[in-house]
Amino acid sequence: MKYTQGCYPIVEKKLIAQDTVSITLRCPEVAAAAQPGQFVHILPKGYGLRRPISIAGIDPEAGTLRLVFAIRGKGTKELAGLNEGEYMDMIAPLGHGFTLKNDAQHVVLVGGGIGVPPMLPLAKFYGTKATAISGFRSFQQVILQEDLEALGAQTICCTEDGTAGAVKGFVTTPLEQLLSEGVDAVYACGPMPMLRAVADVCMRTGTYCEVSLEERMACGVGACLGCACRTRDEKGEEQFVHVCKNGPVFKAEEVQW
Amino acid sequence: MADLSVNICGVEFKNPIIPASGVFGYGREYEEFYPLSRLGGIATKGTTGTKRTGNIAPRIAETPAGMLNSVGLQNPGIDHFIAKELPNLLTKDTVILANIAGSTPEECAEVAAKLDSTDVHMIELNISCPNVKQGGAAFGTSCTMAEQVTAAVRKATSKPLVVKLSPNVTSITDIAKAVEAAGADAVSLINTLLGMRIDIKTRRPILHNNVGGLSGPAIFPVAVRMVWQVANAVNIPIIGMGGVTTGEDAIELMEAGASAVQVGMACFTDPFAPVKIIGEMNDFLDAHGISAVRDIVGTVQPW
Ligand SMILES: Cc1cc2nc3c(=O)[nH]c(=O)nc-3n(C[C@H](O)[C@H](O)[C@H](O)COP(=O)(O)OP(=O)(O)OC[C@H]3O[C@@H](n4cnc5c(N)ncnc54)[C@H](O)[C@@H]3O)c2cc1C
Ligand SMILES: Cc1cc2nc3c(=O)[nH]c(=O)nc-3n(C[C@H](O)[C@H](O)[C@H](O)COP(=O)(O)O)c2cc1C
Ligand code: FES
Repeated sequence: MKYTQGCYPIVEKKLIAQDTVSITLRCPEVAAAAQPGQFVHILPKGYGLRRPISIAGIDPEAGTLRLVFAIRGKGTKELAGLNEGEYMDMIAPLGHGFTLKNDAQHVVLVGGGIGVPPMLPLAKFYGTKATAISGFRSFQQVILQEDLEALGAQTICCTEDGTAGAVKGFVTTPLEQLLSEGVDAVYACGPMPMLRAVADVCMRTGTYCEVSLEERMACGVGACLGCACRTRDEKGEEQFVHVCKNGPVFKAEEVQW
Repeated sequence: MADLSVNICGVEFKNPIIPASGVFGYGREYEEFYPLSRLGGIATKGTTGTKRTGNIAPRIAETPAGMLNSVGLQNPGIDHFIAKELPNLLTKDTVILANIAGSTPEECAEVAAKLDSTDVHMIELNISCPNVKQGGAAFGTSCTMAEQVTAAVRKATSKPLVVKLSPNVTSITDIAKAVEAAGADAVSLINTLLGMRIDIKTRRPILHNNVGGLSGPAIFPVAVRMVWQVANAVNIPIIGMGGVTTGEDAIELMEAGASAVQVGMACFTDPFAPVKIIGEMNDFLDAHGISAVRDIVGTVQPW
């Protein structure tokens, strides 16, 4: 795999929810190579470490890449302050993405909060074969439901406090119901407790499941061993792998929950 | 175009810039950005006698002008290194410094002995790791332990031996003199400074290991000071490092007394940092009419 590093212009920037921005970059060589589930590593000006952000949209024809991120700390605040026409210093595309199944009839995309954006490229691939379950704390955080629908996915929005969406509570309630009807694959990204619950339901029902994990990173390419995560190989032997290179997407059964 | 070549313990480097141990793996990832032959050398990830899994994540924390890491000595073990990584590295037309470590002087010596029969160019012995026989205190924090481990490795190999010093000591010059007396051919410094960060809301340290090693621009002045002090205390060459991010930083460390310079955290900020630094050093030398970089080593004029 060849990595590219460059400074790419922002062609569109939108605030899509409280403290959540959507940025589209012009970067034809990255857009031509990127796969669903991969991420980019962006350097906020004045900081020493890059920030990993999932790829939320890949348009090889337009030569653009979309990123959606929450303002969490200093670095994402700095990045969110950039405007159209300004540049982002980015290494991309990085990591190992989701496995795409051409013969799948029905897949479920489970996104929790800021874990929803990486579901968009999957929704584009699966079109009407996908059901997207998204979970948020409250109505202020709800994002990307129209984007998922525009790509053909059926959406089920859940909020913990019931202030938006059809479901009050967690994503696992509608997920369990869908799994009982038979599903070919489940893809999930979000907070660890949600991923654990999703993986648990899938393993109980024997459903194929992939999860996208997060870890603090330094190099982002697999050289520094900073982003270790514990997994089990087929023989059941424990091993340390790296979220940036071996992941961020892993089969749920490999992860040591 | 200035002459950037340097010679350390008889080993010829085409330029003085070497990615530091632990940030560059075995070069495979960064080779996707540029040919490794552009580098003066490569210091490989610390290798121990047997495979180690390292510490539990999180292992990385950002700090003002720097970072903490608690990777630990995760590595596949010396046999795997020699069989699977070293042969590839030796084809890259750059000097290979095999960084080694162990929990006992015997483990360090065993690893060095295995490398002795390979074509690796230099051995860099990391003495910042805990000595299990001495209650876990790092070898590099006492003159006696530093001397013991250096002597044990010296007996095991005739390769040029660079001992990498820990800055977490009261007097780095005493340690440098001790390893020189025990047979080190050169010293490299500095390794990371011990630090800690806490998430003030959860009251949990950011690193699962609680504490970790500080590197990056924040430690640069400490590195300059220690290189200068050690240069005045020993007669063996010094490889300097700690927070170098520009060609001018590298020049400064060489004026303080370093014959070559390693680059660590800067590789994370910019994967091209080592090659950019080489270009910037050349520009500085040209602009100041200096024909060879080796002429600036130790030329600081203290007050
Ligand atoms: C593979 C991957 C994909 C991601 N995709 C997205 C995304 O699409 N949208 C989004 O909003 N967020 C995403 N994140 C989380 C995002 O990287 C963090 O929110 C961001 O790094 C926080 O930076 P900061 O400077 O604002 O926070 P600070 O707390 O100031 O950051 C300090 C340091 O900690 C690191 N850090 C803090 N939180 C995290 C975290 N959760 N994960 C990894 N590193 C962290 C930072 O990178 C930085 O090095 C992703 C993380 C990973 C690992
Ligand atoms: C992630 C990481 C891993 C490291 N691993 C090692 C190691 O295995 N052996 C070693 O001698 N030094 C190791 N170091 C220390 C560096 O080689 C270097 O001494 C230190 O980072 C200071 O240089 P810098 O400020 O340019 O990063 C590591 C540093 C980092 C950041
Ligand atoms: S961040 Fe360096 S190995 Fe993953």
